[in-house]
Amino acid sequence: MNIIDPAPVRKETPLKLYGEEFHSRLLLGTAQYPSPKILCDAVKASRTEIVTISLRRENARQKEGRKFIDLIGSLDVRLLPNTAGCNSVKEAVATAEMARELFDTPWIKLEVIANNDTLQPDLLGLLGAARVLLRDGFKVLPYMTEDLSIAEKLIEAGCEVLMPWGAPIGTGQGLRNPEALKTLRAYFPDIPLIIDAGIGAPSHAALAMEFGYDAILLNTAVAKAHDPVTMAKAFALAIDAGRNAHVAGLMEPRDMAAPSTPIAGTPFT
Amino acid sequence: MKIELNGEAHHTEAENLAELCQLLELGDSKVATALNGMFVPEDGRHAHLLRDGDKIEILTPREGG
Repeated sequence: MNIIDPAPVRKETPLKLYGEEFHSRLLLGTAQYPSPKILCDAVKASRTEIVTISLRRENARQKEGRKFIDLIGSLDVRLLPNTAGCNSVKEAVATAEMARELFDTPWIKLEVIANNDTLQPDLLGLLGAARVLLRDGFKVLPYMTEDLSIAEKLIEAGCEVLMPWGAPIGTGQGLRNPEALKTLRAYFPDIPLIIDAGIGAPSHAALAMEFGYDAILLNTAVAKAHDPVTMAKAFALAIDAGRNAHVAGLMEPRDMAAPSTPIAGTPFT
Repeated sequence: MKIELNGEAHHTEAENLAELCQLLELGDSKVATALNGMFVPEDGRHAHLLRDGDKIEILTPREGG
């Protein structure tokens, strides 16, 4: 019996963000889960190594913060605090500073929101806040649109990672402007690019990874699934699939049909 | 004095931010503070005296996306 060795599997290059290496290419939000246990199970099923968290007003009677930090601390993942809900440079900078003290990390998912209905990033505010925070030693992961000029300025300011949206936060619409996202990828081949927001289905995540994006950050699509734990696993598999497809090299589409079965030896001709 | 605490009117006898946190029984809580929109680190709370009308934010870790 012939035993055929399987082809050697290409060793995956780790995701490198601000000098740190990660093996998972999924960053997962921690909000909106049906229960703390389901959140923990979903984080484990996703194989994520980075979860996003926020700061909110403390209620002295309930002391929710202590309970949450104990829960999230048990997961053995890197914490990426956000500045969600900030509408100005001043608010975002103050929130980032508070997050650095609370979570003992210089990493910040920087959000400066222009419009509370669309949750569109305020790109000028984002750039202003990023400059202040980068000068102060923060590792800034900016939530932005697919705008090339802002991307360039954020990189000039010192951002080593960019996080363009796929679609507005919480919409689940997927990649609303795929051609622009491809252009961004092509224009910045060496900067880690993470799709942040708007991903609704594993197929959206796989497509972004096929485009060559480095990772996906999502929350609602997992948290609001009927079964968040299984959905977390589905996203992990889709991201792996998309990444492998990108590394393997996708075929170019053709205008005309081309037979895959050899023409030579076709019978009845 | 009257201050605004986390967006709501609040009356306090606390002289500084550290005392305010103690009076709110947040001594053992994981919180970060801001006074009038500016971050105040934990070791700076004693030095920040409160004045009538001050706006205080006391934030804590929470789930986020």
